[in-house]
Amino acid sequence: MNTEHFPALIVVVPLLLSFVVFAVGLVRRSLCLPIVILTLLACLGFAIGILQSVLTKGGTVRYYLGAWDPPWGIEYAVDHLNALVLLSIAVVSLLVAIHSRSVTAKEIPASKHGPFYTLLLLQVTGLFGMTITGDVFNLYVLLEIASFSAYAIIGMGEGGAPFAAFRYMIFGTIGACAYLLGIGYLYILTGSLNMADLRQLLVPLYESRVLLVGFAFIMVGIAIKMALFPVHTWLPDSYTLAPSAVSALLAPLFTKVGVYVLLRFLFTVFDPSFSSQMFPVLKVLGGVATIGIIFASIMALAQTDLKRMLCYLIVAEIGYIVVGVACANRVGLIGAILHTVNDIFMMACLFTVAGSITAYRGSRNIELFRGLHRTMPVTLAVFVAGALSVVGVPPFCGFFSKWYLVLGTIHAGQWVYLGVLLAGSLLNAVLFFRVLEKAYFELRDESGHAEPHGRKRPLIDRIPLTELGPMVVLALLLIFLGLFSNNIIGDVIEHAIPQTMRIH
Amino acid sequence: MGQFNYWVYVVLIIVGLYGMMAKNNLMKKLIGMNIFQWAIILFYISIGAKKGGTIPIIATTNPSATVRAIDYINPLPHVLMLTAIVVGVATTGIALTLLIIIYRRFRTLEEDRIIKALRK
Repeated sequence: MNTEHFPALIVVVPLLLSFVVFAVGLVRRSLCLPIVILTLLACLGFAIGILQSVLTKGGTVRYYLGAWDPPWGIEYAVDHLNALVLLSIAVVSLLVAIHSRSVTAKEIPASKHGPFYTLLLLQVTGLFGMTITGDVFNLYVLLEIASFSAYAIIGMGEGGAPFAAFRYMIFGTIGACAYLLGIGYLYILTGSLNMADLRQLLVPLYESRVLLVGFAFIMVGIAIKMALFPVHTWLPDSYTLAPSAVSALLAPLFTKVGVYVLLRFLFTVFDPSFSSQMFPVLKVLGGVATIGIIFASIMALAQTDLKRMLCYLIVAEIGYIVVGVACANRVGLIGAILHTVNDIFMMACLFTVAGSITAYRGSRNIELFRGLHRTMPVTLAVFVAGALSVVGVPPFCGFFSKWYLVLGTIHAGQWVYLGVLLAGSLLNAVLFFRVLEKAYFELRDESGHAEPHGRKRPLIDRIPLTELGPMVVLALLLIFLGLFSNNIIGDVIEHAIPQTMRIH
Repeated sequence: MGQFNYWVYVVLIIVGLYGMMAKNNLMKKLIGMNIFQWAIILFYISIGAKKGGTIPIIATTNPSATVRAIDYINPLPHVLMLTAIVVGVATTGIALTLLIIIYRRFRTLEEDRIIKALRK
């Protein structure tokens, strides 16, 4: 099959079909979700095709939109790093879309299903685009497409959701504008917006003060979008109050795509030597991330709302990844990239479970989870899989990426990072034990949610198979990713490490 | 003041940031956000402009005529800002929609009162 045009199709197809979904939603609402699922299936096919062609070519696959050569035209460049991220986005968004059917039916009024699924698909379009593009301004546009659909779709949630969405929008706009300002400075210096071209042109300018200002603006912009610790404040509110299907889609993907953009700028647009030696950005990021891990882990312990607890967990996980990057060596970077991919699946797993529990119980309060294991045994088993993976228990994938992160900190001789990584993992263990204790061990149900006597126990689980299926697949993927992590590292991630860092 | 365009954009950005951070009314926050965005658009437009430059269309049909780049303003930043203006309009649209929903739910746009209502 001709995979030549796949890099363009993976963005254009969901973009165009999102409008089709809106039009169809005006006539037949029940057709919206099937179209979304079929589109995402096609995207999964494109992502697999792209990864295959990258692997067979062994290098960057370039696609020139409208056959305009860079630096004049927009270029889509796919190497090992973004091919892997694209595939993860495709898999997770497909599974979340299937899972969203019954959850959304409960949370969103039927009249709004058309716009809801339109925004969901636009969201995925933006994420695919951010990951695949090789042009810094195109990245800004696609970032805004992803952000707008996020603001609008979060605003569809319960109670204070529109207010949380508005606050997210204020923060997000500052982030996006800082990024735009940063690339403006790079453009003043070089006259180019193409990433590969910028890398060549910027090398003689590394001493320039204008470049430093631009670089700093770009870092601030990306840090806000990926919810790095001091600028994470928009995340817990908006992702907690968003509709369940939305938080299951946004929480794993958006922040991690932000991490991908960070890696792109630190190691592709700028030379690794610039990011690690000439400008102490990695030290700053590492220091902030270590405080963030401890802060977010403690904040997570203080929450009684399951989704809010998971939101703080995301902030901590972003911290782990950034610590891996800040080690500035090969092992640490392998750990960071592997953890980015693993975390997409772990968070998708945990947030889909949170969505199902919320939809079934009508409450996200952990205190009310008593006796949940009797009615939702499979759902809880999936939750346990996600929890074990986050804590870092083999053979779940979280163990392997954390192993590399720890090795990276030892190689770098950063004992503070090491201590924080281990302390954070312990705090996560306590965190999940608290939830599981409520759900498994407290048999007496005093919360008023008692099951009526004489009612039959559900055969498998209380929730429909369309919800159960994707969650079980995600849990199995966590083990699968763990068992094959060596292959993933050897075949893909090793090639994504910048040349100069491979020796260490 | 040879580079007053930069001063203008810096001042506008600070005004915008102040509006977003310090104002209690959500509508004023939105206005601050707009000032912030337009400041960056002004910045981009000013870097493409040249003193005495004209629109980037070559008027002569004579192929051997010399074309000096210095005579023409740089159109690329201006084209980029067409996109950014669309982005800004879309942001404002979504923000106003959110504000309408917030007002219907809380009957106010004052941030402290909304937070108080949410705490209850």
